[in-house]
Amino acid sequence: MGLRLPSKVLEHILSFIDSNEDRNSVSLVCKSWFETERKTRKRVFVGNCYAVSPAAVAKRFPEVRSLTLKGKPHFADYNLVPDGWGGYAWPWIEAMAAKCPSLEEIRLKRMVVTDECLEKIAASFKDFKVLVLTSCEGFSTDGIAAIAATCRNLRVLELRECIVEDLGGDWLSYFPESSTSLVSLDFSCLDSEVKISDLERLVSRCPNLSSLKLNPAVTLDGLVSLLRRAPQLTELGTGSFAAQLKPEAFSKLSEAFSNCKQLQSLSGLWDVLPEYLPALYSVCPGLTSLNLSYATVRMPDLVELLRRCSKLQKLWVMDLIEDKGLEAVASYCKELRELRVFPSAPDLDEANIPLTEQGLVFVSKGCRKLESVLYFCVQFTNAALLTIARKRPNLKCFRLCVIEPFAPDYKTNEPLDKGFKAIAEGCKDLRRLSVSGLLSDKAFKYIGKHAKKVRMLSIAFAGDSDLMLHHLLSGCESLKKLEIRDCPFGDTALLEHAAKLETMRSLWMSSCFVSFGACKLLSQKMPRLNVEVIDEHPPETRPESSPVERIYIYRTVAGPRMDTPEFVWTIHKNPEIGVSHLAIK
Amino acid sequence: MDEFVNLKETELRLGLPGTDNVCEGKESIISCCNNNNKRALSSDNEKEIESSSRKTETSPPRKAQIVGWPPVRSYRKNNIQTKKNESEHEGQGIYVKVSMDGAPYLRKIDLSCYKGYSELLKALEVMFKFSVGEYFERDGYKGSEFVPTYEDKDGDWMLIGDVPWEMFICSCKRLRIMKGSEAKGLGCGV
Repeated sequence: MGLRLPSKVLEHILSFIDSNEDRNSVSLVCKSWFETERKTRKRVFVGNCYAVSPAAVAKRFPEVRSLTLKGKPHFADYNLVPDGWGGYAWPWIEAMAAKCPSLEEIRLKRMVVTDECLEKIAASFKDFKVLVLTSCEGFSTDGIAAIAATCRNLRVLELRECIVEDLGGDWLSYFPESSTSLVSLDFSCLDSEVKISDLERLVSRCPNLSSLKLNPAVTLDGLVSLLRRAPQLTELGTGSFAAQLKPEAFSKLSEAFSNCKQLQSLSGLWDVLPEYLPALYSVCPGLTSLNLSYATVRMPDLVELLRRCSKLQKLWVMDLIEDKGLEAVASYCKELRELRVFPSAPDLDEANIPLTEQGLVFVSKGCRKLESVLYFCVQFTNAALLTIARKRPNLKCFRLCVIEPFAPDYKTNEPLDKGFKAIAEGCKDLRRLSVSGLLSDKAFKYIGKHAKKVRMLSIAFAGDSDLMLHHLLSGCESLKKLEIRDCPFGDTALLEHAAKLETMRSLWMSSCFVSFGACKLLSQKMPRLNVEVIDEHPPETRPESSPVERIYIYRTVAGPRMDTPEFVWTIHKNPEIGVSHLAIK
Repeated sequence: MDEFVNLKETELRLGLPGTDNVCEGKESIISCCNNNNKRALSSDNEKEIESSSRKTETSPPRKAQIVGWPPVRSYRKNNIQTKKNESEHEGQGIYVKVSMDGAPYLRKIDLSCYKGYSELLKALEVMFKFSVGEYFERDGYKGSEFVPTYEDKDGDWMLIGDVPWEMFICSCKRLRIMKGSEAKGLGCGV
C-alpha cells in the first residue's frame, strides 16, 4: 500500500516549490498530486497563448495570482507577421475574470490588448497590482486611465515599447489622490505630454516608488523636479535630455542626480547633448544597467561616461561606440554580463561606422562575466568567433547579426561555419543562439550536434539545402523555438522530423520552400500541432507544390483557433473533409 | 475530389533535397536570392565559386526591399530615424557606399565631387591604397588584381567606365572594388 500524504502536508511542501518546471513535474506524479498542485499554483506562464484554451487554464488554476502570456511569434517584431494575425488578450481576460477574481498580476507580450480588456481588468480584479505590457498594441490612453482610476492597490504599470493610440496626457491625472502604492511606472512609449504637476504630486505621494521611466515629452526641468521628489529611485528612464544650455540648468541637474544615491539603472536619454553627460557622472559608479541605445552620443563622450561605470553589468549602446569604445568597456567594466550593440543606421544605406568584429573580441577578452550578447555588425570573421568562443565559454545567449546577408568571413571569404561551430561546441551552456552571415549546411550539422542546451534558435539567409533543417531537427535536444527566414528548406526535412515539432513550442518559417501539400500532410499526421499557413493568396489557387509565404507551427491542446484572419489558413485534421474545406478561414 | 485520387502529394518520400521542391519562377514572395535553388541542387561543394557566382550573376535584392532586415524593432528604428534626419547635413551630394573586398568597413563618397572617371578612380585608389590598372573598352581593366565595379539601379553589377559619366552618376547605387579571382571573371571581356 503506497504512502499517501495528507493534502495539507503536500500543500505545505509544494509551497516551497516556485519553479513552474518543477510544478509541472509534480503534477504528473499522480492524480492527488495533480490536484494539490493545481490548487496551489500562484504563477502561471503560457508561452504561446494558442497552446491551451483560456477556459482550461482558468479552470485548472483557480488560485492563480499572476498570469504571463505571450502571443505573436517573435518575428512579428520585425514586421514579418501581417497585422491582424491574432494574439488577442480578450478571451484570457474574460476567462480569468469569470473564474479567478483573485488575479493580481498580468504580464502580456506581443498581444493585442484593447481598451475593453483594460477596463475589464480594472473592473474584475479587486486587488489588481501589476500590469506589464510589452510590445503590445490595440489600446489607447483611455484604457490606461481606467486602470489608473480603478485599481486602488496598483503597484506596477509598465508599457514597454507598445503601440498606443495616444489621446493626450490626461490619463495620468486619473490616479486618485488616495493612490500611494505605486512602485514602478513606465510610460516611455507614449508621445503626449503629461501635466508635470500631476506627475510631481503622484511621485511625491508614492514613497515606495523605485522605478520611473518617463516619455520623451518630459523635459529636463521636469526631470529635475521629479528627481528631487524621488531620490530613492533605483531605476530611472529620463525624458528628453536636450534643452537650452544654461549653466544653472546643468548644475541643478547634476545636483539632482547626485542626490539619487540608490540609482542602479539608467535609460532614456533621448536627444542627449554631450554637454549634459557630466551631470550623470555622480551616479555612474553605482550603475549596474545603462541603456544608451537611443542616445546619439559619440565616442569620446561615451568613453568618459563608461569609464566611470565600474559596476556595470548590462550595457545597451549603438554602434557609435566603435571598436575603440568597446575596448574601453573591456578595461573599465569588468562586471559586464550583458552587451547589446545596435546599428545606428538600421536601413543600411549609410553604414559607415568603424565598428567591426574586433569590438566584440575586446569585450569577450576583457569581461570575464560576459554571458549575453546581441551584436549588429556589417561583416565578421571566423577567427573572431573562435576567439570569442575560447574566451567566453560561459556564454548563455549569443545573437550575432551580420547585417550583410550571405556575408562570408571577409578575410578568408569562407563561410562562417567554423566560427559558429566553435561557439556551439565551446559554449556548453548556450540557451539562445542567432546566426547570420554566409553559412553552409555544415554549420548546422555542428549546431545540431553540439548545441545541446539551446532553446531558441534564429536563422536567416543561410544553408544550402534541406540538410540544414534535418541537422537541426535531428539534434538540438533542448530546442523549443525555431525561427527561420529566407532559407532554402523544403518539405522533406520538415516531414521527416514531424515528431520533433511536438516537443517544441513553435516553429516559424518564412520565405522558405515549404509547399502547401507538405503543410496539409503535416497537419493531418500530427493531431496536436496547429499548422498555420500565412499567405496573402489562398493556397488552393496554386499548385500544391508551390511554396507558401510563411508557416507557423505550434503544439497545442486547444485545437485550431477560431479567430484567424483571412490570410491565415489552418488545415483541417480530418482528411475526409473535401478539398474546398481543407483550409478553414 | 481529384486531389484525393492523386496521392502523390501525400506520399512521404525521402528523396534528395531539392528534387521535389519546385520554386515556380521568381515569385516576389520569396525575398531571398534566387540562386538558392541552384545551391540546393548542386552536388559539388565548391563554395568559393558558388559564393562568387552568387555575387556577380544574380545580385541579392537591394536591402531596402528586404522586409524586416536587419532585425531591428520598428519602435527602435522610428526613434533613431528622426534623430538621424535632424542631425545629418548631407546637402545636395550624390553619396554612395564604397566597399572593397578584404576591407573591414565601407566608405562613402560624393560622386558629384568628381568630373569624370579618372578623377573618381584616382580618389578610390588613394582612399583604399590600391591601383586599378588600365581600362580597355573590350577587355576591361588589365594590370591589376583589383577591378572597380558598381551596382546600378537594376541591381546589376557593372564595370566602372563602360557607360558615359553622366549616365553612370544617375544609375550608380553603390561601388565595389573586387579583388582576386572574382575580379577576373568580370574583367576579362563580356
